[in-house]
Amino acid sequence: MSAFLQKLLGRGNNKGADTSTLGVQYAKPKGVEVRITDLNKSFNGHHVLKNINLVVKPNETFAIIGPSGTGKSVLLKHLVKLIEPDSGSIHINGVDILKNVDKKASYRCSMVFQTSALFNSLSVGENVGLWLRENRICPETRIRAIIQEKLRLVGLAGKENLRTSEISGGMKKRVAIARSLAVNPDLILYDEPTAELDPVTSDELARVMKSLRQELDFTTIIVSHDLNFALYLSDRVAMINQDGIVEVGTPEEIKKSENPVVRNFIYTTTKGLKGE
Amino acid sequence: MFEFVGRKLLRLFQGTGEIVVLLLQTIFYFKEIPRNLPAIFRQLSEIGIGTLPITALMALFVGMVLALQTGSQLALYGTQDVIGAIVGLSMVKELGPVMTSLLVAGRVGSAMAAEVGAMEVYEEIDALKTFQISPVRYLAMPRLVGCLLAMPALVVFAIVIGVIGGAFVSSVNPLINVPVNVYYDNMIQALNYMEILKGLIKATVFGGIIAVVGCYIGFQTTGGARGIGQSTTRAVVLSFLLIFVANYFLTRLML
Repeated sequence: MSAFLQKLLGRGNNKGADTSTLGVQYAKPKGVEVRITDLNKSFNGHHVLKNINLVVKPNETFAIIGPSGTGKSVLLKHLVKLIEPDSGSIHINGVDILKNVDKKASYRCSMVFQTSALFNSLSVGENVGLWLRENRICPETRIRAIIQEKLRLVGLAGKENLRTSEISGGMKKRVAIARSLAVNPDLILYDEPTAELDPVTSDELARVMKSLRQELDFTTIIVSHDLNFALYLSDRVAMINQDGIVEVGTPEEIKKSENPVVRNFIYTTTKGLKGE
Repeated sequence: MFEFVGRKLLRLFQGTGEIVVLLLQTIFYFKEIPRNLPAIFRQLSEIGIGTLPITALMALFVGMVLALQTGSQLALYGTQDVIGAIVGLSMVKELGPVMTSLLVAGRVGSAMAAEVGAMEVYEEIDALKTFQISPVRYLAMPRLVGCLLAMPALVVFAIVIGVIGGAFVSSVNPLINVPVNVYYDNMIQALNYMEILKGLIKATVFGGIIAVVGCYIGFQTTGGARGIGQSTTRAVVLSFLLIFVANYFLTRLML
């Protein structure tokens, strides 16, 4: 099957890539365990992901850091089944999501894209309520209440009537987060959340994401090359480079790592930590 | 050499198959029309009302030049009284559907490819998939329905304006000098409902081609702003080609 058809059909069904993950009722989120085993992916002969092995614990905030072009975003897209691996497996709560495509999953997953991926033709509120309305999850009055609640969580209460083309990059990111929260996800994925944001807006976003973690139960995976952002938010960090996962540890362990690859990445002159 | 030709042929067959699959998938989602009415009305407004002024201008001048060229030649043999039938039949059978379709392909098909392409590039289509929303249902279906409904209406409008343009030139040009009532009577004698229906069938098919090609090229877009620009061009070129090919076969079928 051609790539276009695979993309269109979404792995054997005609509703999109992630149908199995959203088939459960609109229930309270609960963290899930993510286990990635020997994952490999190549594009046009270029081996992007090499034997990736990772375990993310329930309710954990896990960051994947590393240089650009090492497959961090590709790894995230595997988790929402936008990309199929060449080999390896991904288990979420013990279920192989790559083999379980046609069955309803017991978890919900959403992703905040690097570009925010908001729909310019829709207002802020319509973007946030998109999944609820299009999948007819609940009545319109309930949807409006959910939109207000999710916007409040990201500090955008009362902004539902703004056009997305009229808001700043930082606000777009927060709307994208609110839209993901509307799914009530058990697993939320952030792809380069601070890309194209200034340091002050990045700080603001970090505070929003931290407060969400305190208010809600879900597993978070953040992909970023913004080191300080990742270390501030995460319980554990994995460093990835072109050879695969280099090191996994708590932010403190990563900071103290003796691995030269890790040290080269985190103690850079302009964007890294201050060296000793 | 053989490898190059083989690869090109393979790509052609693959592309054709993909367009057919997209068309069938989009038709499959026609059952979702009632819940997508706002999006369909938006498309109808964009395709239909948005294209009306330029269609009027195009049809007026096509009708006028057709009357001028044909009428002046017919006048040499004193048979200019049949000009109404010639303009009417030409507008209904060929010029109305084809010229309007080319106009819509250039204006709307390119915009569809650019819009869907931008959504592909900026991950909006990926976002739709992760939210369990079919991009075919959400993006392609309203565009196809909009085109299928708007094209025949636009073609009827173009035919009327073209005929009026032809009547104007025929009556005021001293070389032709055919009164409007003669022009009209001659046209009515030549036209019948079947001819009009054939023109509308062509318009509907061409509308389908424009929408499916625009969405298909859009879904295939990669590579940022440059890719979006290339998609726009590809959508227009491919739509034009398919309209010309389909026009021949439809004409042959409906002779």
